[in-house]
Amino acid sequence: MFDPVPWLILLPLAWGCLTFLAGIGRGGRLVVAGLIIQLVLTIILARQIVMEGARHYAVGGWGAPLGVDLYVDGLTGIMLLLTHVVALPLVVYARAYFSSQAEGASYFWPLTCFLLAAMNVLFMSADIFNIYVTLELLGLAAVGLVAAAGSAGSVTAAIRYLLVTLLGSGAYLMGVALLYGTYGSVSLAVLEPLLATTEISAAACLAAMLMLAGLLLKTALFPFHFWLPPAHGGAPAPVSALLSALVIKASFYLILRLWFDLFAPLVTTQAAQLLGGLGAAAILWGSILAFNQTRLKMLVAYSTVAQIGYLFLLFPLMTSAIPGAAESAMQGGVMQLVAHALAKAAMFAAAGVMVLSAGKDDIALLGGMSSHLPLTLFTFALAGITLMGLPPSGGFIAKWLLIDSAVSGGQWGWVVVMILGGLLSAAYVFKVLRQAFLPPVAGIKFKPVIRMLEWPAFLLALISLLLGFRSVEVLNLLGAA
Amino acid sequence: MSGALIYACAGAVLFVFGVTGLILLPHLLRKILAFNIMGSGVFLVLVGLGQRDGTPDPVPQAMVLTGIVVAVAATALALALVRRLLSLTGKIQFPEEPEGSGRCWKNK
Repeated sequence: MFDPVPWLILLPLAWGCLTFLAGIGRGGRLVVAGLIIQLVLTIILARQIVMEGARHYAVGGWGAPLGVDLYVDGLTGIMLLLTHVVALPLVVYARAYFSSQAEGASYFWPLTCFLLAAMNVLFMSADIFNIYVTLELLGLAAVGLVAAAGSAGSVTAAIRYLLVTLLGSGAYLMGVALLYGTYGSVSLAVLEPLLATTEISAAACLAAMLMLAGLLLKTALFPFHFWLPPAHGGAPAPVSALLSALVIKASFYLILRLWFDLFAPLVTTQAAQLLGGLGAAAILWGSILAFNQTRLKMLVAYSTVAQIGYLFLLFPLMTSAIPGAAESAMQGGVMQLVAHALAKAAMFAAAGVMVLSAGKDDIALLGGMSSHLPLTLFTFALAGITLMGLPPSGGFIAKWLLIDSAVSGGQWGWVVVMILGGLLSAAYVFKVLRQAFLPPVAGIKFKPVIRMLEWPAFLLALISLLLGFRSVEVLNLLGAA
Repeated sequence: MSGALIYACAGAVLFVFGVTGLILLPHLLRKILAFNIMGSGVFLVLVGLGQRDGTPDPVPQAMVLTGIVVAVAATALALALVRRLLSLTGKIQFPEEPEGSGRCWKNK
């Protein structure tokens, strides 16, 4: 049987090195072709997971505990598939974007390939130390992408991002050190039964707190969100889209894994309520700040802060004793992850096109955009529908499942937060749309943009909308154990 | 107190120093140094707690080597970025934030 697991790691690394050899700012075509191959591989892998269930892969034939194990299950399959479905239109978009604006193009291709390779390994890692290494690889590649634009603002954002990500992974590594010192292993398969059967030690609790705090910092959950808007809002549009859609989801994925598998014997209901509370604060505070922004890309970046909050509502909802409630909370959380990744990639890509055409990142200059770039504005609105959670979008299914879980579990407070959050996101999306339908500001001349900038973004928004019809397949893959 | 525990406690103290410095110091070069101190603290804990009955365990030593490689790469990237910031703005500090950016606290 053909096994795509090692190829999903080796191929992006190979593309990265080859584009590096091709020269500065070149190699886009190679990356597009490479990502098509990888997308096919992830589809094959997802089919294998659905048919045969989760499995381990021993790298180089050396299994755990001596070697490094990789592990793929339904959630891994969803994350890999999501990464490639989002990344492929974005690299097509990036080729068009950097052909009309060279700023930030120099090392985009190799860094993007390394970023994808790091994410693929991260999703498949079954070893807490290997996860640390992938976190660092991911962080360094992402910082390089943020800094690529080269202006003082983006270099400042990149340094802040770098320090935050180093602090986060430092705390994580401290947790790994404590766990290794206590239990003598870093393999998840070995640690899990050890933590579940032995008495809970103080070292394990401290390790759990350090690792989760480090990952929360990297996921930019309120109040750790301060680094996200300048880093995501200041980068070139394809980079913003990659970071906002995928990179923060990688650390969230790890929180999900550690919380429900490794640290399941340690976590308490109070801790879950605390995470939910922070999530609720992120939804409200992020949405209000998004509404107050005057720059379009900053608005979209603050909207990411708000949408991350929904992901964390699944922790308190999962503590519900009613069996159906916990299951639909998990499904809702994962659907929100997928829907937000698609919609936010589309929204950043569309915002990038509008900024490129207007020449300046300012919402007040968007007047007349409705007649100049109708397709891009339509893309923005479609992505907004998912963020608001209107039917038939994927965001609707996600919020429906979460609200359903909250109602059947009797946790009414979260329902209020989710409905308020939906209204607030409608407010900031309509703030942009309203401006775009006003007559143009005097003296502004929109530059024409090439078609290939508009269509990939539209495709992403369309997938996020149609996801609502195909959510059963996604949830089937999630359930494949 | 056993030798292993002394190493681990020293590592924990260094880690706390490093984290404090990374958060509180305004000068970027000091922040980078603080990160390295934090990293050394973690490595000490890894190696210190990793030994069994006085015999060193090779696995955490290999992990520390990997960690050092990562720390060197991160330090190099941070220094390159800070030099770039110095040539662009003439300061080795974060510039003041513009109004209305919605930050929660300063000096970070």
